[in-house]
Amino acid sequence: MNAHLQPTGSAYFIAKETELAETHTLSVLVDNEPGVLARVIGLFSGRGYNIESLTVSETEHEAHLSRITIVTRGTPHVLEQIKNQLERLVPVHRVVDLTVRAAGLGHERPIERELALVKVHGSGEHRVEALRLADAFRASVIDANIDHFVFEITGKPSKIEQFIAIMKPLGLIEVCRTGIAAMNRGPQGM
Amino acid sequence: MSGTENQMTGAEIVLQALKDNGVEHIFGYPGGAVLPIYDEIFQQEDIQHILVRHEQGAGHMAEGYARSTGKVGVMLVTSGPGATNAVTPLQDALMDSIPLVCISGQVPTSLIGSDAFQECDTVGITRPCTKHNWLVRDVNELARVIHEAFRVAQSGRPGPVVVDIPKDIQFATGAYTPPSAVPTQKSYQPKTQGDLKKIEEAVALMKSARQPVIYSGGGVINSGPQAAHFLRELVELTDFPITSTLMGLGAYPASGKNWLGMLGMHGTYEANLAMHDCDVMICIGARFDDRITGRLNAFSPNSKKIHIDIDPSSINKNVRVDVPIIGDVAAVLEDMVRLWRAAAKTVDRTRLEDWWKSITKWRARNSLAYTPSADVIMPQYAIQRLYELTKDRDTYITTEVGQHQMWAAQFFGFEEPNRWMTSGGLGTMGYGFPAAVGVQVAHPDSLVIDIAGDASIQMCIQEMSCAVQYGLPVKIFILNNQYMGMVRQWQQLLHGNRLSHSYTEAMPDFVKLAEAYGGVGIRCEKPGELDEAIKQMIDTPAPVIFDCRVANLANCFPMIPSGKAHNEMLLPDEATDEAVANAIDAKGRQLV
Repeated sequence: MNAHLQPTGSAYFIAKETELAETHTLSVLVDNEPGVLARVIGLFSGRGYNIESLTVSETEHEAHLSRITIVTRGTPHVLEQIKNQLERLVPVHRVVDLTVRAAGLGHERPIERELALVKVHGSGEHRVEALRLADAFRASVIDANIDHFVFEITGKPSKIEQFIAIMKPLGLIEVCRTGIAAMNRGPQGM
Repeated sequence: MSGTENQMTGAEIVLQALKDNGVEHIFGYPGGAVLPIYDEIFQQEDIQHILVRHEQGAGHMAEGYARSTGKVGVMLVTSGPGATNAVTPLQDALMDSIPLVCISGQVPTSLIGSDAFQECDTVGITRPCTKHNWLVRDVNELARVIHEAFRVAQSGRPGPVVVDIPKDIQFATGAYTPPSAVPTQKSYQPKTQGDLKKIEEAVALMKSARQPVIYSGGGVINSGPQAAHFLRELVELTDFPITSTLMGLGAYPASGKNWLGMLGMHGTYEANLAMHDCDVMICIGARFDDRITGRLNAFSPNSKKIHIDIDPSSINKNVRVDVPIIGDVAAVLEDMVRLWRAAAKTVDRTRLEDWWKSITKWRARNSLAYTPSADVIMPQYAIQRLYELTKDRDTYITTEVGQHQMWAAQFFGFEEPNRWMTSGGLGTMGYGFPAAVGVQVAHPDSLVIDIAGDASIQMCIQEMSCAVQYGLPVKIFILNNQYMGMVRQWQQLLHGNRLSHSYTEAMPDFVKLAEAYGGVGIRCEKPGELDEAIKQMIDTPAPVIFDCRVANLANCFPMIPSGKAHNEMLLPDEATDEAVANAIDAKGRQLV
C-alpha cells in the first residue's frame, strides 16, 4: 500500500548507533568448573562484545568459586545486555557492574589495580636513571645483574602505562601485565 | 560389578538416569563411541529407541516430540560426525527454546586431544549452541550430570544441553545417585514468580489503555497448558485484541473473536496495524525478533510496552520496554488475571469501542486474499482445504521453512497449543519431516502432517526409511512449485528478478520416491481433485508423500519488506510487478 514511499529497506535492519560507548569494569562470580572461562569468552566473541582486560583466578577454594574481572566497552544498552547474557550462563552466580555501583556509592570509579613485570636494559647513565625513576614509582627490583633490571610495579593501569612509557627510552626489553583486579570501596562485598 | 547395590557401569547409569527422568523414547544412531550404551539399550524394554537415518533427523524428532508433549526430547549420537551432525538441531532448539537432552559418545579419556578416530571437541563445538554442556570425566559424576542436564533443559527458559560421555566412562563402574539425592547447581536457579509490584503497574497501564494489543509468543506454549488457559482468560476479561508470533500459534484459538491473526513480516494487516497504532502493548513470552518488529525505529512508536519473559536477557534486548516482568508466563498471568478481576469494577469497557471499530475496518481489508483458480491449485487453497478436511480430527502440523510455512501459519487455524511445530528462530529447512516423525512417536493414533516445500523436504527425506520401519503413518504434504519459493520471492524483491539457483531443474518423482521407501505416494494437480486426494491421504494407514502441484509463481503476501515499518506493508492486491520491483531500493540492497 505504501510502495510509493521512499524505501529504506534491507534484509536486516541496520541501525546507526547513536549512544556513546563507555568503559565499565564487571565482576563475575562463577563456579570453578572446566570450560567456564571459555563460556565467558565465547559469549563475548559470539555476540560481538569487547574485552579490554580480563583476569581470572580461584578466590574461594573450598566453595570452588572463581572471580573474573572484565573491563569492557560499549553503549549503556550493550553493557546491560552483557550483564544479562553473563547471568544467563549456568555456572555464573552473580555479575556486578562495579562502575555503576561505584557511581551509586558516590565514587568516580571502583578500586582498580594491576601488577606488571618490566624488564629494562640498564647500564651506564640509563641504569642510574631507571633505578631513580623506579624508586619514584615505588617499583621494586626483583631481579638484576650488571646490565638489566626486572621491576615489579603495582597500581592503577594509568600509573603502569606511564612507568612503561618512561622506561622505553631507557632500554625497555619486555613487559608482562596481569590485567585488572577490581572491587568497590566501602564495607559491602559484591 | 561390585557388591553394593547402586554400583553400575556408566552405560547402565545412563539408562537408569534416563528412566528416572521419565524418558520413554530416545532418537539415535549408533557408532563406536556409544556402543556400550547401545548394548544396554538392547538388554532392556522400558525405553524405546528409534533408529534414525541421520543424526540431524534424531535432533528434530526429539524437538517435535518435546514440542508436542511438553516433555524433554532425548537424542543419542556417537562421537565425531555423530556429534557434529547434531549441531543444527541443537541450535534450532536453542533459538526456539525447546528442551532437548543430547547424549553423545566420546573417545576414551586417555585419547582425548590426540586426534583419535572420530574424535571432535564436542563440548567446544556445542558450547555456543547449547544452554549448557558437560564432558563427564568421572563415572561417579555421571548420574548427577544427567539429572542436572534434565533440570537445566526444562527449567527456566528451556533449551538444549549436551552430555558428552567418553567410552571408558561408559565401561567403568561407579555409584548411581537417584535424582532426588542430587544437589542442584546453586548458580542456576531461575525465577518463576513475577514481581507483584510490576504486575500491578502493568494492570494499571492496561486499565487506562484505549488502544491495547496483546502480542504473545512461543513462551506461552513452553510455559505449559496453564499459561494458554490464563492467556485466554485474560483476553476474555479484558476484551483486548490478540496477535501472536509464528511460535505462539495455538495459545489463543484462531476461531476466537479477539484473534487478529499472526503478526510480523507475513502477518495480517490488522495485526500489524494494531501493533503500530496501539497505546499499550502486552508482550507475553515473545522476544521482539527482527521478523516481528520490522524497522526498529518505526516499531509501535506511541505505545507503552509491558514485557513478560522468563529470561532477563530478553528484556530491552531489541526494544526498550516500560514495564518488564521477569517470570514464568503461567505464574505471571495467574497473578495478572487475579489483579484484573479485583479491579474489573473500575474498568470502563466502552473505552475500547473506537479501537475495535478501527480493527474491524482493517479486517475488512482482507489482507490474506488471493486470486482463486479453477485450473491450477493455489497454494493458499491447498492449505485451506487441508485445514477444512482435518480440523475435526486429532491433528498435529509441522512445517519445513519457506513460503509453505508462512501459508500454513496464515491459513491453518490452530485452536490448541502444542499442535504446531515449526522452526521459527533458526529457520531450518529439513526440520518438519523428522519433527513430524517425533510427534507421531509421541501420539501414535493422531494425524500428523508435515506441510512441506519441494526443496525443504529433500533435506531430511531419508527419514522416510525410519517412518516405514516403525510403522509411523506420517503424512508429508508437499506444496510443489519447483522453486525455492521464498528465495525466489526475495530475488524478485531484492535482486532484479535474477533467479539465481532457486529453480530445481531435476526434481525427483515424489510418488515413486514414496514407493521406493515402502510408503504411499499421491499426486494431485487439479483443484477439483484435491479434496478426494487429501481424504485418500488421511485414510492411508502408512507414511504418505503427497505431491501437491501448485501454482509455480505464487508469492507470499502480505509482506513487510525488510527494513520497513508495520504500516508500510505490501498487500496482495497491491503487489504488482512494479510495486514489488520498487519495494526495496538500491541502498537497501547493498545492506543485505
